[in-house]
Amino acid sequence: MTTVIEPGKGGLRAYLTAEVSQSPTQASLQRLYFGCVRFSQNPLAMVGLAILVVLLLVAIFAPLIAPFPMNEQNLARRLQPPSGAHWFGTDELGRDIFSRVVYGSRITLQITCLVVIIAAPVGLLVGTVSGYFGGWTDTILMRITDIFLSFPGLILALAFVAALGPGIRNAVIAIALTIWPPMARLARAETLTVRSSDYIAAIRAQGAPAWRIVVKHVVPMCLSSVIIRVTLNMAGIILTAAALGFLGLGAQPPMPEWGAMLSTGRQYLLGSWFLAAAPGLAILVVSLGFNLVGDGLRDVLDPRDE
Amino acid sequence: MAVTDVNRQPVAKPKLPLWVWDAWRIGSSVAATLLGLLALTFFIGRMLPIDPVIAIVGEQADASTYDMVYKQLGLDKPLYVQFWFFISDMLRGEFGNALFTGNKVSADLMRVFPATIELATIAITIGVCLGVPIGVLAAVYRGSPIDHFARVIGLLGYSVPTFWSGLMGLVLFYAMLGWVGGPGRLDVFYIDIVDRVTGLMLVDALIAGEWEVFQNAFSHIVLPASILSFNAIAFISRLTRSFMLAQLSQEYILAARVKGLSKWKVIRKHAFRNIAVQLLTIVALAYAILLEGAVVTETVFAWPGFGRYLVAGLLAGDMNAVLACVLIVGIIFVTINLICDLLYRILDPRTK
Repeated sequence: MTTVIEPGKGGLRAYLTAEVSQSPTQASLQRLYFGCVRFSQNPLAMVGLAILVVLLLVAIFAPLIAPFPMNEQNLARRLQPPSGAHWFGTDELGRDIFSRVVYGSRITLQITCLVVIIAAPVGLLVGTVSGYFGGWTDTILMRITDIFLSFPGLILALAFVAALGPGIRNAVIAIALTIWPPMARLARAETLTVRSSDYIAAIRAQGAPAWRIVVKHVVPMCLSSVIIRVTLNMAGIILTAAALGFLGLGAQPPMPEWGAMLSTGRQYLLGSWFLAAAPGLAILVVSLGFNLVGDGLRDVLDPRDE
Repeated sequence: MAVTDVNRQPVAKPKLPLWVWDAWRIGSSVAATLLGLLALTFFIGRMLPIDPVIAIVGEQADASTYDMVYKQLGLDKPLYVQFWFFISDMLRGEFGNALFTGNKVSADLMRVFPATIELATIAITIGVCLGVPIGVLAAVYRGSPIDHFARVIGLLGYSVPTFWSGLMGLVLFYAMLGWVGGPGRLDVFYIDIVDRVTGLMLVDALIAGEWEVFQNAFSHIVLPASILSFNAIAFISRLTRSFMLAQLSQEYILAARVKGLSKWKVIRKHAFRNIAVQLLTIVALAYAILLEGAVVTETVFAWPGFGRYLVAGLLAGDMNAVLACVLIVGIIFVTINLICDLLYRILDPRTK
């Protein structure tokens, strides 16, 4: 019954699909493999993944893809509708909108990654510390989390941008400040489920200090659920960043940030609708991509919905 | 320490009736959250790079004037005294003057809020009228084209940037097709015809009996409200679907069917009744979330409501207006969450 893998025979596929795994590594690789298989059977999730891969490639190869430099002005050709030379038309300074949208993908990716890099560790740390220590630490940390949660994200981000001043760096900080609380809540819930387990008791009995238990033994257990949460949040981050750009509080012109481009396009809306159409469509497609992937991940990892 | 916690018996049973205990718990938690909201807004206000004294007296003021205002604002006092002043001001609804309008912030807010309430109410009505049926149908006909349609609506609702759909809606339905009114609440010719009674344009027009104004106001509100409602439709339909699926898999549904009730009667009389409380709470939440969407939608449609006021305050660097807006949204959120919580306790026997 047990498929024993002999070296050189079964190969990778047999290793991954063996009925009984021989080692913890194999077990986790198998889980990953079956997760990937289930994920790839979901066509919508694959569409989402394709969108994200394209986004990544466009961002990496922007100078090769964009036919024009992003800030090259040509006042003789301003406000031109889409054509063969300018696929998405040209803006009020004669810049090629397609090229700017292409370069804009870099900014969007940067913002999203920076926000996640700042917010995820904070959320993880607050949540695990709060859950592990319990008592007053828990009460105080969760009360603070609740306060942040009691503002809608965009409004809180607006308030922080007001305090810090407009600009893309401050927009990143402001958005990061608004998205850590749900992650903290999640990490706390996960911590509560593991903190009374035997392995933690064993480590404590060996005399490990609290910080070591939290960082080395609790945080890794919360990582996967926080990662899913982050993926689901990415679309929200993109929309908030674009909204800040649109309101004139995020990225500033001449930066080809999609929200800021939309905001300029708004002034020429009735005569030249294409100025606003292309960057908005880009925001829509990318946030759709993140939502599709997030949905697919949730289906794979949380089968309760099925 | 953690091990003992897990097996901890409930704290010594209170002698008081349970509801007093509950009320104390909820009350203290709300009070703590409100204090936190105040602290956070105070802190944000402190972080502002703008010197509040210069914002009032201007850059040319001499040193004695500057000092006088500095003292008047209480900036020479220790931080906790300033925080105390701040709290007592805020609790009295004394938000100071908005520098960019020249009015009191409280008066400004009274003026702009009805416009947002009107917009959000119509949007939530659309959201409920479309979201609930879509969610129910998607759950009942799970896996069918209706379900896929619901899924697409949900995904789009979460992915479409409202500022973009708003702009495109204006281009299409206003500029090209001419089906709806443009930005603002009324066409120029209709402004100031009806007296302001409630501040809700549609209601005021009806009170005044001005049918034409009503029509015009309606043609102006239809597009922004629809755009704003899109996210609510997605949110409501998605949750309705999952609530409904949870009910439909229960045995009592099967029992009712076996006893001979028709499919839709079971859905209407049993399943739907059981999700009604949950639905009520998410509709309340969706309404609160609409306030957030209003910030962007109102900017796109030049809608003179709360969101546009907040953005104007931000761009003008007017901290009084901004902090008041942020605080009020926070309070509305906390209140709505509290109401949801209470509704749950009162209406749903399972929580007892």
